Amino acid sequence: MPPPSDVQTQPIIAFAGVSKVYPARNESAEVVALHDIDLQVPQGAIVGVIGKSGAGKSTLIRLINGLERPSRGSVLVNGTDVTALGERDLREARRSIGMIFQHFNLLSSRTAFENIALPLEIAGVAKSEIAGIVGPLLAMVGLSDKRDRYPAELSGGQKQRVGIARALATKPKVLLSDEATSALDPETTDQILSLLKTINAELKLTIVFITHEMSVVKKLADRVAVLEGGRIVEQGTTFEVFANPRHETTKRFVGSITGGNVPEWLRAKLKPERLAGDSAVLHVGFTGRGAGQPVLSRLARNFGIDVNILHGQVETIASHPFGSLFISVAADPEVLGKVIAELKAGQNTVEHLGYVA
Amino acid sequence: MSPEILQLIAWSTLDTLVMVGLAGLFGTLLGLPLGIFLATSRANEFFPAPNANRILGFIVNATRSTPFIILVVAIVPLTRLIAGTSIGTRAAIVPLTIAAIPFIARVIEAAIREVDQGLVEAARAFGASPLQIVQKVLLPEAMPAVTLALTLTIVSLLGYSAMVGAVGGGGLGDLGIRYGYQRFMPDVMATVVIVLIVLVQGAQTLGEAIARRLDKRNRNS
Ligand SMILES: Nc1ncnc2c1ncn2[C@@H]1O[C@H](COP(=O)(O)OP(=O)(O)OP(=O)(O)O)[C@@H](O)[C@H]1O
Ligand SMILES: [Mg+2]
Repeated sequence: MPPPSDVQTQPIIAFAGVSKVYPARNESAEVVALHDIDLQVPQGAIVGVIGKSGAGKSTLIRLINGLERPSRGSVLVNGTDVTALGERDLREARRSIGMIFQHFNLLSSRTAFENIALPLEIAGVAKSEIAGIVGPLLAMVGLSDKRDRYPAELSGGQKQRVGIARALATKPKVLLSDEATSALDPETTDQILSLLKTINAELKLTIVFITHEMSVVKKLADRVAVLEGGRIVEQGTTFEVFANPRHETTKRFVGSITGGNVPEWLRAKLKPERLAGDSAVLHVGFTGRGAGQPVLSRLARNFGIDVNILHGQVETIASHPFGSLFISVAADPEVLGKVIAELKAGQNTVEHLGYVA
Repeated sequence: MSPEILQLIAWSTLDTLVMVGLAGLFGTLLGLPLGIFLATSRANEFFPAPNANRILGFIVNATRSTPFIILVVAIVPLTRLIAGTSIGTRAAIVPLTIAAIPFIARVIEAAIREVDQGLVEAARAFGASPLQIVQKVLLPEAMPAVTLALTLTIVSLLGYSAMVGAVGGGGLGDLGIRYGYQRFMPDVMATVVIVLIVLVQGAQTLGEAIARRLDKRNRNS
């Protein structure tokens, strides 16, 4: 047996050199849905996979439970290469990998209870034991009073709770989620996300989820992988990626949530050249420690200048404060250089966008 | 109408019910598996057997496109072999069953193909085998549509069963032809038609009621 520390560091899911090519058919050319993917998911982590439509997110997640087979490479889940398993062994392996879906995929002919019981029936669990497993699951997702309701009688959020309970019925080690909150309103989304967080903490369940919404990544993920055109263009802890997005796509995603994208009205007013009396416009990203400090008032005091906040937002991401401010600084070029240097010294990112009258 | 005639109508109604009932039963026993096979055996489906699918599909279409009255005559040797005779109620069950099988197979295939593929995907993700997917997902989810399909089959068989009367098949059609038409008794003819209307209405109403009970997709049902 390996020492315990090894067990800790052993990733529960590991993609190694995985490519997926959908062959050409008739008029349609072949599609390289995934290109040479290397990805490791630590045990107990919550990993978000984000990317635009068609980036290959669903393909990636479906490789984990063998709903898709890769064209090249291997996918290890819990120490087993799922790509090498035959159909029968693969079915067995899928019981330790739960999955939830955008459109819930509940059987309309079964009640909440019976839907949750389905994976147990499939696994051949005795009828007498099923009630003892499903009851607590219904309680955990807060639906004990809905046990005999059909899906048509439940709200979207309740349906997804049934979906989550069903996915957990066979006590999986990994939960896969393909856009599980995309069909829900923001409030219901938040409830489902906090349920998933609770499950992750209490059951030590590893979660891999797909989304095209950065706000979902922000609320749920420890780690993020950004997919673009079938490649992982960026990955890291959620904080790292938010604090310092490197790839253009990531910047846009991050900007959509931290307010890092220049608002339309400001973009319209920006000028590249400075005329007398103009103020410089800076975009300042506050990350980690820097965000907690009264930076702007200090600037105004130290340099004796006017600093105006044009647009801004402060968020908490992965329990770090995280801010994005657009400010105008009425200062001549020489002072402006000092202001920028001072801001950068405090672990902030600074971008000089132009000038406004 | 004399008591004898009334009794004749009662017996003929019973004959019709027996013919339709048994043809419906045998037709379902053979048509249901065939329908499931047709719905799951194309290339890329769970039981891929595209050639068998094509051949069975062709036979189903050929049988369905043969006019029923021609089918009855064409399979007389088979009818004799199975029923021991080619005349009467017992004999009529054979062509009725043969006509019902491809009909039931196609309507059941359609009902199964209507089931949301997402449910199949979910069942696969939980480790279900193809057989479990059929048993636990496709059939239960298709049940309301299957019930309506079987209702349609019963109603069509009622019509066909009246036709076998023309070739000595027994039942209400036979009665209508022999008494209503050949002996020119319009009251018998009218009664036969009314009984058939009542049977069709009854089958349709019952089938729809059962399908509605089975269908849990709508609220307030
Ligand atoms: N079965 C298939 N056959 C052929 N091409 C496919 C198949 N499934 C997916 N693709 C293609 O692979 C690419 C990636 O698809 P995928 O479903 O993984 O994208 P996605 O990131 O999940 O998109 P979305 O956000 O719209 O769900 C797309 O170009 C898609 O057209
Ligand atoms: Mg997708």
